Amino acid sequence: MSSTFDTVAKIIAETCDIPRETIKPESHAIDDLGIDSLDFLDIAFAIDKAFGIKMPLEQWTQEVNEGKATTEQYFVLSNLSARIDELVAAKGV
Amino acid sequence: MRIEYFQLIDRIVDLNLENRTIRCAATVPTESTIFEGHFPGYPLLPGVLLAETMAQTSGWLIIGLQRFAKMPFLAALKEAKFRTFVTPGQQLDITASLVHEGSGYAITDAKVEIDGKRICDATITFRVIDFPNPQFVTFMKDFAGKIEFPMDAVP
Repeated sequence: MSSTFDTVAKIIAETCDIPRETIKPESHAIDDLGIDSLDFLDIAFAIDKAFGIKMPLEQWTQEVNEGKATTEQYFVLSNLSARIDELVAAKGV
Repeated sequence: MRIEYFQLIDRIVDLNLENRTIRCAATVPTESTIFEGHFPGYPLLPGVLLAETMAQTSGWLIIGLQRFAKMPFLAALKEAKFRTFVTPGQQLDITASLVHEGSGYAITDAKVEIDGKRICDATITFRVIDFPNPQFVTFMKDFAGKIEFPMDAVP
């Protein structure tokens, strides 16, 4: 059974044509991998579909814009994977 | 269709928010300056306008689902196929269904048919954001009335 990170990395590799081996848990989706907002919509759709969730991108963006959170909290892939796990767990409650 | 104003939907025939589907109608005008160039003596509705027609149909579905709280903007067109020429005077039957409603974005499948024959289809991605100003939402509500948007479906 693959980990959440493995699934996310596979989605990013396939969606953005980025070599899988360059995608690491510490990679920042925007700063390190150069994923733009339009490509991130495709990634979000694939993640939503794969995990049966709805990532709260609007809320995350608002928190970053208001200085209540950093982009690292949501877009470093290990952190993104942790957020996804939380959303999946919340869904099961 | 008012091609020059990019108002490509004539009428909303059915909006089903429960099933997340929409059906619209549009008639290709018999005359337009666009046909003078596309193409002289062989007028065809440009594929980009068919794509925009599918996008506008999808857009009204998303506006309905959002109860006019947010506005969809075209972000991506995928797997778009234009299967047959469309000529002046033809009547288009445009349908769309919601594939996914994400946070700040939405994806639809849309198609255009003429007399039951599929003309084109695409998967379309939209950014769904707040209206940039109050005048914008007023304009959209006014225009919705002109194309028979069922306002009672979005109380």
